[in-house]
Amino acid sequence: MTPTLQIFLIVSAALFSIGLLAALSRRHAIFILIGIEMMLAAANLNFIAFWRFAPKPHQPPVGVMLALFSIAISAAEAAVGLAMIIAVYRHYRTTNVDQLDQLKG
Amino acid sequence: MNSGIVTNLWPIPAVPCAASLAILSLSNARRKSAAVLAVIGQVFALGISIFAFVSTLQTYSFRAVQNFTWFTFGDQTLRLGFVLDPLAAAMLLMISLVGLCIFVFSIGYMAEDKNFTRFFAYLSFFSGAMLGLVIANSLLLLFIFWELVGLASYLLIGFWIERPSAAAAAKKAFITTRIGDMGFFLGMLWLYNRSGTLLFYDGGSGCLESAGLAMLGASPAVAGFIALLIFCGAIGKSGQFPLHVWLPDAMEGPTPVSALIHAATMVAAGVFLVARVYPLFSLGGINGVTSSLTVVVWIGVTTALMAALIAIAQADIKRILAYSTVSQLGLMMVSLGVGGVAAGIMHLLAHGFFKALLFLGSGSVIHGCHGEQDIRKMGGLRRLMPVTFVTYAIGMMALSGVPFFFSGAWTKEEILHATEHWPRSHAPYFLMLAGVVLTALYMTRQIIYVFFGNSRVASERAHESPRVMTMPLIALAVCAIFFSVVLTPAWPWLHAYLRGEPVQFDLARLIQPMLFLSLVLVGTGLGLGIWMYREAGVQNRQRSAEVDPLEYAQPTLFRFLANKMWIDELYGRTVIAFSWAAAQLSDWMDRYFWDGLVRGFGAVGRVFAMLTTSVDEHGINAGVDGTTAGTRGLGRLMSRAHSGQIQTYLAALAVGMLALLLLYAWLG
Repeated sequence: MTPTLQIFLIVSAALFSIGLLAALSRRHAIFILIGIEMMLAAANLNFIAFWRFAPKPHQPPVGVMLALFSIAISAAEAAVGLAMIIAVYRHYRTTNVDQLDQLKG
Repeated sequence: MNSGIVTNLWPIPAVPCAASLAILSLSNARRKSAAVLAVIGQVFALGISIFAFVSTLQTYSFRAVQNFTWFTFGDQTLRLGFVLDPLAAAMLLMISLVGLCIFVFSIGYMAEDKNFTRFFAYLSFFSGAMLGLVIANSLLLLFIFWELVGLASYLLIGFWIERPSAAAAAKKAFITTRIGDMGFFLGMLWLYNRSGTLLFYDGGSGCLESAGLAMLGASPAVAGFIALLIFCGAIGKSGQFPLHVWLPDAMEGPTPVSALIHAATMVAAGVFLVARVYPLFSLGGINGVTSSLTVVVWIGVTTALMAALIAIAQADIKRILAYSTVSQLGLMMVSLGVGGVAAGIMHLLAHGFFKALLFLGSGSVIHGCHGEQDIRKMGGLRRLMPVTFVTYAIGMMALSGVPFFFSGAWTKEEILHATEHWPRSHAPYFLMLAGVVLTALYMTRQIIYVFFGNSRVASERAHESPRVMTMPLIALAVCAIFFSVVLTPAWPWLHAYLRGEPVQFDLARLIQPMLFLSLVLVGTGLGLGIWMYREAGVQNRQRSAEVDPLEYAQPTLFRFLANKMWIDELYGRTVIAFSWAAAQLSDWMDRYFWDGLVRGFGAVGRVFAMLTTSVDEHGINAGVDGTTAGTRGLGRLMSRAHSGQIQTYLAALAVGMLALLLLYAWLG
């Protein structure tokens, strides 16, 4: 079975869906963060897949570059997110997002 | 014929008024400064008056005016001014001189009064107002000073405000003169309407000059009415019948005030006013007789005789003098009415001196008798108060008209002379002769009661007054005698001065038939008085000491006179009762009718208010409330979506994105 674009897209969609599910269903903030990272990974996979299966594949590696940028930004995002989670934990003594509802209207 | 002096006349009233203000600002304890300020103000006024008087001697009929614009309304300008003529100059001199004597006398008389400073402030104000009155060259300016004089007299008559009788007398004086002033004011307005100016002299266009008189002369009846209305003011101010009632009551004020009111200021104003606007009175007359002047004559005659009769039966030393003033003012009015303007003014001037002397003398007597004013309780004071006695006797003889040495005699003779030749009727002449007898009679009675006979209750501890009080008496007595130098028919200088004629000295004219007539009349009065009152205040077989000889002989007549002919009572029953009823009616109307109307309007307003309140609450408020409630409900609904659960938000985001994707896919 030769790898085709559809297979990559299916995997990517699955990864995105799993990440979304994690972000929506888990109560622990770190797991939500992990879900978000998974969604980002799915997006990166799409970038590379579309670049790999483009009509002229060996042109400048735009997709890889974008993925690399995205990874770097997601790393920074994870660092900021974790720091915020730690700050929230220190303040509220919990990381359960159900209890962090101070911004309700 | 303008001269520099007339532009410098304004300090004559201004300086005493300024002194008055300065004194008012002093504390009650600064008695000496108050008296000094008042006297300085008066001396200053006297100084300028002398200067003004001297400058009027330059020519015959000297007249200088200075007019200025007070204010302008539309194209009309209201002008006031000052005038200096023999009439004004003579009055200035008399007022400031007599005023000065009274001021000095007051220093002694009021020495123990706690409101000494206030007294001098009012006195200065009174004098200043009167001085302003005589130099006014506009009827309006004259009226302003006239009212100021009225105000000052009100303040001074009611000076001892703690006495209810003084307060009542002050009110009576003010209100009674106000009745006359109303006529004066109407006359003034009418005059302005007719002649268009209130200036007396204005280079030919004043209301007393040919142009103004010609304008008025077009309708002599109107001119006569205007003159009579102005005369109403004079009736009120100069205490003429029927408005004389305030003058005797004005005795409630301190005696120097009485002297000032009766001699120099206030009452002189009325006579002066008639003399000043005399051209209005005599306008269109034949032989100097006009209907308005006839009214003046008869009012004067009535007043003169009635007051002289009442004076005979009075017991209060000041009241006798008050009625004598009323009587003498009546005499002056008669003189003005029959055309003897100069004679009337001469009598006014002479009267100013000797009446001030008499009042100050009576003040000295009252002071000596420790406040007693009832002549029946005095007696024998000639030994205890020699200076007062001699000066008082001089005043009394001047008033009675004893010939040769006393000023009053010459002026009275002059008046009789003028009255004799009145073409309309001889009755005033004979009535005036009777008045002369009565004057001598009541003055004799008074002097016998006060100075002769035995000492009675009040005179036992009497003493002569201090020098500060006797010196003005002596000064005034000297004036009363030496004033006659310019009055005699041999050298009628004052007469000529007032009329603006040259004077000739002619000793032959000194002895005139009228002189013998007055000698006889005055002698009759004096003799009758001495005979009637030879035993006054002394008990004899038939009557007790308190009963007046006239009362014993004619009890009904005496009671009639002693009660002032019941004129006060008559006014009380008629005019005052009517005003009282009118006041009651107005009160009732106010309370029930007008008040009811106002209350009715109030009720209507309240009903409207209730209506608008309900519209407001149930209509407008409900609408606004409904809107806000809706907004709030919506807000509550919306805010429920903001649960604070970030996963809910995220889910919503995911669902929304999915929906967009589906829409995109479906639309192709």
